[in-house]
Amino acid sequence: MLTRPHSYRGPLLSLLSVAGFLLVWFIAAEIAQSRLLPGPVEVVRYVFDEAAHGDLLAELGITLWRVTASFVVAMLIGSVIGLAMGESPALNRALDPWLIVLLNLPALVIIILAYVWFGLNEAAAIGAVALNKIPNAIVTMREGARALDPGLEEMARAYRLSFWSKLRNVTLPQLQPYFAAASRSGISLIWKIVLVVELLGRPNGVGFELHLNFQLFNVTAILGYTIAFVTVMLAIEYLLVQPLERRTTRWRNKPV
Amino acid sequence: MNDARPAGATSQFEIRIEEKTHIGVDGTRIPAIRDLLLEVRPQSMTVLMGPSGCGKTTLLRIVAGLDTRFLGRVHVPDNTRIGIMFQEPRLLPWRTVRQNIAIVAENLSNAELDHLASAVGIADMLPRYPQELSLGLARRVALARAFAPRPDLLLLDEPFVSLDERTADRLRRLLLEVWSARPSTALLVTHNPREAILLADQLVLLAPRPTHVVAVVPLAIPQAKRDAAVVEEIYADLLKRYPANFATG
Repeated sequence: MLTRPHSYRGPLLSLLSVAGFLLVWFIAAEIAQSRLLPGPVEVVRYVFDEAAHGDLLAELGITLWRVTASFVVAMLIGSVIGLAMGESPALNRALDPWLIVLLNLPALVIIILAYVWFGLNEAAAIGAVALNKIPNAIVTMREGARALDPGLEEMARAYRLSFWSKLRNVTLPQLQPYFAAASRSGISLIWKIVLVVELLGRPNGVGFELHLNFQLFNVTAILGYTIAFVTVMLAIEYLLVQPLERRTTRWRNKPV
Repeated sequence: MNDARPAGATSQFEIRIEEKTHIGVDGTRIPAIRDLLLEVRPQSMTVLMGPSGCGKTTLLRIVAGLDTRFLGRVHVPDNTRIGIMFQEPRLLPWRTVRQNIAIVAENLSNAELDHLASAVGIADMLPRYPQELSLGLARRVALARAFAPRPDLLLLDEPFVSLDERTADRLRRLLLEVWSARPSTALLVTHNPREAILLADQLVLLAPRPTHVVAVVPLAIPQAKRDAAVVEEIYADLLKRYPANFATG
């Protein structure tokens, strides 16, 4: 493999970029001297204070649980429907109009209707978030199903592989990149919608705290909660998603 | 290795295809096979030889159960274990060579798998991924995989095309060696007359599309004794008897 001299400076450049942003923020806050634009030091201190003495960790936890639950439900249902639509042209024609409707239905409408019809409860909240993500998962997984290699499919049939063996060894590995793409775009979309759901109808979670602090005009708390949750999501990306992806694609890019 | 075979599986396989038509994208009907009748003798190597595009691959796909849209009857018992080699290796790139072989043969022990791998010369390759292999090596893996389920019926679809002649020849000898140690009913398709003569117990000559059987030629000399000179001798003889089928080779 070629080593490029510039790639070494990659992480350094990223860090410099983040440090530059913090510096600009710090200077802007110093100049403004307003409680509507707290500086980075103040915000970080708030995060640690709230984590030690307040509800921050509990609120993060409850939001993370909602994100996880919605994600699992959406990916499971979206994958199954997407695969079925990719494999069966008839089913695709039958469900396609509904898919387009769901894709274009605003998240807010789904959330309001879910709360009105099913009440202000956890199931309605998670269901509403999942329903917002499901059409995206369907579209991506349908593409994956259409791209399945017919040659390997024939091989599996000729050797009479069992349903589960074929799924595990032939079908799922081919869908892995599509699943990864759907997960990537899904998890960021989901956490944003979870906040709206919490804001509109839950008594806890990051969204609820943001709403509360908005009414108090407490910008320090708003920025603090935002940064705390973004950090959690970054940690998931770098410590969970990326290592997992490297593991599942380790067969790729091996020299001949 | 051929113990505990169900009684039905070693019986003769009978193939009777009255009509097989491909339907093109624009709706035109292309007849591929018409009135083809073939009896495949058990524990022998039957080689189907015909010009390119005559429907040989279609025929093999029908026997493998991959194509069921045809008029006729293919008698292959349900419990028949099939080993198949396609024109391309068709290995799973995300599974190691060992896993690729093990997946199609759940009852194969690790020791048996190792034994099979050394027989085809890929023992060192077992922990590797298919993308690390040359086409010749990938073909060897596909060959090992075809034998792994201890097949009652071995189907080989031009298994050595697009290899250089030396590699192809080595693999042909290897196939004979492995097959002689684990005899099963084998059906091989090729358009290469010398390959056909080297491998066949029974040589089936096919007509151009829509294809049917022109002649069945039994070859009595054991494969082990067919060196280059013998192959050329048989070739010259067959060229005289069936000029239409052997002229282009």
